[in-house]
Amino acid sequence: MNFVVPDFYPAAAEIFVAVMALVIMLAGAFARSVRWLAYTLTQLTLVGAALITIFVPSVDVSYTFSGMFVSDLFGNVLKLLIYLAVGVALLYGRGYLADRRMERPEYYLLAVLMTLGMMVMVSANHLLTLYIGLEMMSLALYGMTAFDRDSVRSTEAAMKYFVLGALASGLLLYGMSMIYGATGALDFVSIKDALYFQTANKTVLLFGLVFLMAGIAFKLGVVPFHMWVPDVYQGAPTAVTLLIASAPKLAAFAMTMRLLVFALFELAEQWQAMLMFLAVLSIILGNLAAIAQSNIKRMLAYSGISHMGFMLLGLVAGVVSGETHNAITAYSAAMFYAVAYVLMSLASFGMVLLLARAGFEAEEIDDFKGLNKRSPWFAAMMMIVMFSMAGIPFFIGFFAKLAVLQSVVAAGYVWLAVLAVVMSVIGAFYYLRVVKVMYFDAPADDAPIHAPAEMRVMMSVNGLSIAALGLMPQGLTYLCWIALLASLT
Amino acid sequence: MDFKTFVFYFLGAILVFAALRVITARNPVHAALYLVLAFFTAGGVWLLLHAEFLAIVLVMVYVGAVMVLFLFVVMMLDINVERLRQGFWSYLPVGALIGILLVVEMTIVLGGRYFGLEVMPEPPAMAEGYSNTRALGMVLYTEYVYPFELASLVLLVAMIVAVTLTLRKRKGTKYINPDDQVAVKREGRVELVKMPAEKE
Amino acid sequence: MEAMLEPVAQFFGPTWPLVWTLVKIVAIIAPLMICVAYLTLAERKVIGYMQVRIGPNRVGPLGLLQPIADGMKLLFKEIIVPSGASKGLFILGPILAIAPSLVAWAVVPFDEGLVLANVNAGLLFLLAVTSMEVYGVIVAGWASNSKYPFLGSMRAAAQMVSYEVSMGFALICVLLISASLNLTDIVLSQGSGRFHDMGLSFLSWNWLPLLPMFVVFVISGIAETNRAPFDVVEGEAEVVAGHMVEYSGMSFALFFLAEYANMILVSILTSVLFLGGWLSPVGFLPDGFHWLALKTAAILFIFLWARATFPRFRYDHIMRLGWKVFIPVTLVWVIVVAVWMMSPLSIWR
Repeated sequence: MNFVVPDFYPAAAEIFVAVMALVIMLAGAFARSVRWLAYTLTQLTLVGAALITIFVPSVDVSYTFSGMFVSDLFGNVLKLLIYLAVGVALLYGRGYLADRRMERPEYYLLAVLMTLGMMVMVSANHLLTLYIGLEMMSLALYGMTAFDRDSVRSTEAAMKYFVLGALASGLLLYGMSMIYGATGALDFVSIKDALYFQTANKTVLLFGLVFLMAGIAFKLGVVPFHMWVPDVYQGAPTAVTLLIASAPKLAAFAMTMRLLVFALFELAEQWQAMLMFLAVLSIILGNLAAIAQSNIKRMLAYSGISHMGFMLLGLVAGVVSGETHNAITAYSAAMFYAVAYVLMSLASFGMVLLLARAGFEAEEIDDFKGLNKRSPWFAAMMMIVMFSMAGIPFFIGFFAKLAVLQSVVAAGYVWLAVLAVVMSVIGAFYYLRVVKVMYFDAPADDAPIHAPAEMRVMMSVNGLSIAALGLMPQGLTYLCWIALLASLT
Repeated sequence: MDFKTFVFYFLGAILVFAALRVITARNPVHAALYLVLAFFTAGGVWLLLHAEFLAIVLVMVYVGAVMVLFLFVVMMLDINVERLRQGFWSYLPVGALIGILLVVEMTIVLGGRYFGLEVMPEPPAMAEGYSNTRALGMVLYTEYVYPFELASLVLLVAMIVAVTLTLRKRKGTKYINPDDQVAVKREGRVELVKMPAEKE
Repeated sequence: MEAMLEPVAQFFGPTWPLVWTLVKIVAIIAPLMICVAYLTLAERKVIGYMQVRIGPNRVGPLGLLQPIADGMKLLFKEIIVPSGASKGLFILGPILAIAPSLVAWAVVPFDEGLVLANVNAGLLFLLAVTSMEVYGVIVAGWASNSKYPFLGSMRAAAQMVSYEVSMGFALICVLLISASLNLTDIVLSQGSGRFHDMGLSFLSWNWLPLLPMFVVFVISGIAETNRAPFDVVEGEAEVVAGHMVEYSGMSFALFFLAEYANMILVSILTSVLFLGGWLSPVGFLPDGFHWLALKTAAILFIFLWARATFPRFRYDHIMRLGWKVFIPVTLVWVIVVAVWMMSPLSIWR
């Protein structure tokens, strides 16, 4: 057997993050008393990884580790966004954790390992690595959900998340094994070839695809695999909820793309039908259930379900009766939607963290009462986020919805677009209720907002970026489009 | 039916029986012991497939370590089985229906039509002296080094989570540090004092 | 040999391989049981002399029939099953204890080619089988439905699982340098090297380059078999006799046999893995089974010697030694050996 030492350059960022995770672990074990060390090292790791991701790998698609790892523009763009999301989420969550005596080095260590898991998922070109990355991310998230170990609610949430997540992993693995059985290949390129030359058995493939879809749907949190989302979002410490609701969505999007588009593109007709079913159900159920919530974390969870449904609409519109010329536009619309959702999700949960203080969780919508009187600036920021989530024009959420709907209409599913618009109009109700509460109700308490300076700055940047990208979405749209174009063709 | 097929069905019967007992045994300790039996038999089935490394590692890791600790926990817990069984009969019809449906569907897809010996013939026998363990080692550290290293990090995550969630210092408990005890020297404990002899 | 067995083989027909294997198994087990019986006598004699006593000398000449008498006594005693015990498991416990210690002998080579099953993954097989030994203790402790046995079995479970890890690392070192999991190959790989060429073969065996591993292996072996000074499992002063409290007669005897069979097993493994098995220590003497027997006896003597010499460890000290001393040491040494093998100073090329 002749073995060539693999090229490490494309995976330099992963190797760097893995090494830094070990460094942070040792720092956490031997320099526990230095409180800022783990946090600083984590942020430095993310910055370093970003620099490596920008400068080291080549722009072209390159494979390494016997074809298990792929470095392409699609992956690298998503990785950069993941670093950004994790970094911002950690920055927002820091004060919250410190107030509750949960700011232990392990938290940051798990966050770094979670980031590594997401990077592996994003760059996976092999069912095995995809699965391992997914497990690494999920395990770290389960642990962080239970981080407030004396709280019954967060323990319960972690337990639910873990049990259901393990079930979903099992379904995913079962689907993967069927696909392996049918195609005899584990890496995506070979699977694609096997499908193209039709050497694989179609019945077994479809059987596997169903299980695969169940696993993906769970990780994205779309109906009917959404049950964990509200409970986990509500039960987990808000800082962790923020982490769950941001970067992992990008990773789940990448996983969906890698599995369905990069590997199983030949089965597009079949999985598009399944995705359409999931998307329609999610949009309807997410929006309707969110109306009834009084807890803002729960409300945002249901809104997240509907947003994920919207994102899937972009994937539904790729292939129309065998024609693929619409595909890149549709997929880049979905990618744009995912990025926009992560930005909005960061800002909305960040706001909940901003209002929380020691011994007080700003979890109820009523806690936002009269925010305008207490802090007009942050009330405006929250308004931007809510408007953007509702899809009101000239915020990023509007363009995300617009792009997705355009591609859906271009694919000829007008009824789907109409349904989606109707549901988002209904959904606007609960977003606007938050705005109404902030501006027209009397404040329940007038304690000044107490938050570290860097968090206030970041919060403002985050809110303004939603508005700014709403005014000039072309750059981000183009980035998504070029990333997919460079990676898929 | 040749000898190998006979052994396969024999082990298969034990495996199915043990697996059924795992979920039907009233006593959790018995259930855990049946699980041990199931693992052991599954190891036997793998041996039949010439996967001796996997079989032995299954016995070593699951039977020898994981299940020991599992039993350890189950024996110390006072599990009220009766309470766990509440609602069993009311859920049974739905559960049984779904279970049977799943079995039927899987038999249709996974039956001999797609995975039978005609579609996937038995691989040729390995040459004399072929070592499964060596072959696995060869690919594990070369071709599959990336997922292998990542898997070790997944285990690290599990370890960190387990330690973070369980390690806590209770107030008011006094710990003895065996390291200090082992490091004790004579000088720390005994002092020789020279005294002049006393007269009565 | 083959020609002589031909008529017998024809008599049995197709069942001959089965019968022949059974014959071979009996040929291993029967002498082993006699060894176990006389090991108990040897233990009492050795400890007796170390404590300036004579030891048993009443039954037969020099007390040589003492083990037989003990065996008869145990055989005729009644087996009492406590009324609250889980009956099936209570009976199963001793069987689970003795079965692995006998099964492991299948892969032990006594001389070149003289082994019941010359499997490729012999070392792994041994690890797997010895890891099952703990079940006998746990099941017995739990099935007795009584506090002391349960405490004893909990201790045993934790202790045996802990020391298995360091034992496993020691074995990894051995397998690294002999590049094989087959026990016969491991022995043969020790019969080469610079010292071997000079006629001083015993310096070429694994014990010298792997000295720390050798020491760890022997100590872990003592802990693994729950022998003094690691016998907190049955520590009379604390938990009466641990998992064996409720057992009597033949069911107790099985535990007893298992313990001594395990001692012999660990000793013979030490001889095979570290002391060159059946190889002769010096160039001018021929190899042979007698060397293996001699080496095993020497290691067994260490077992008895340790029992007569050391006071019992406290339980937390045992755990500390296992987890905080042996595992780090062995882990580091695995890396050291691996680097050594890859470096120009390697002596195993």
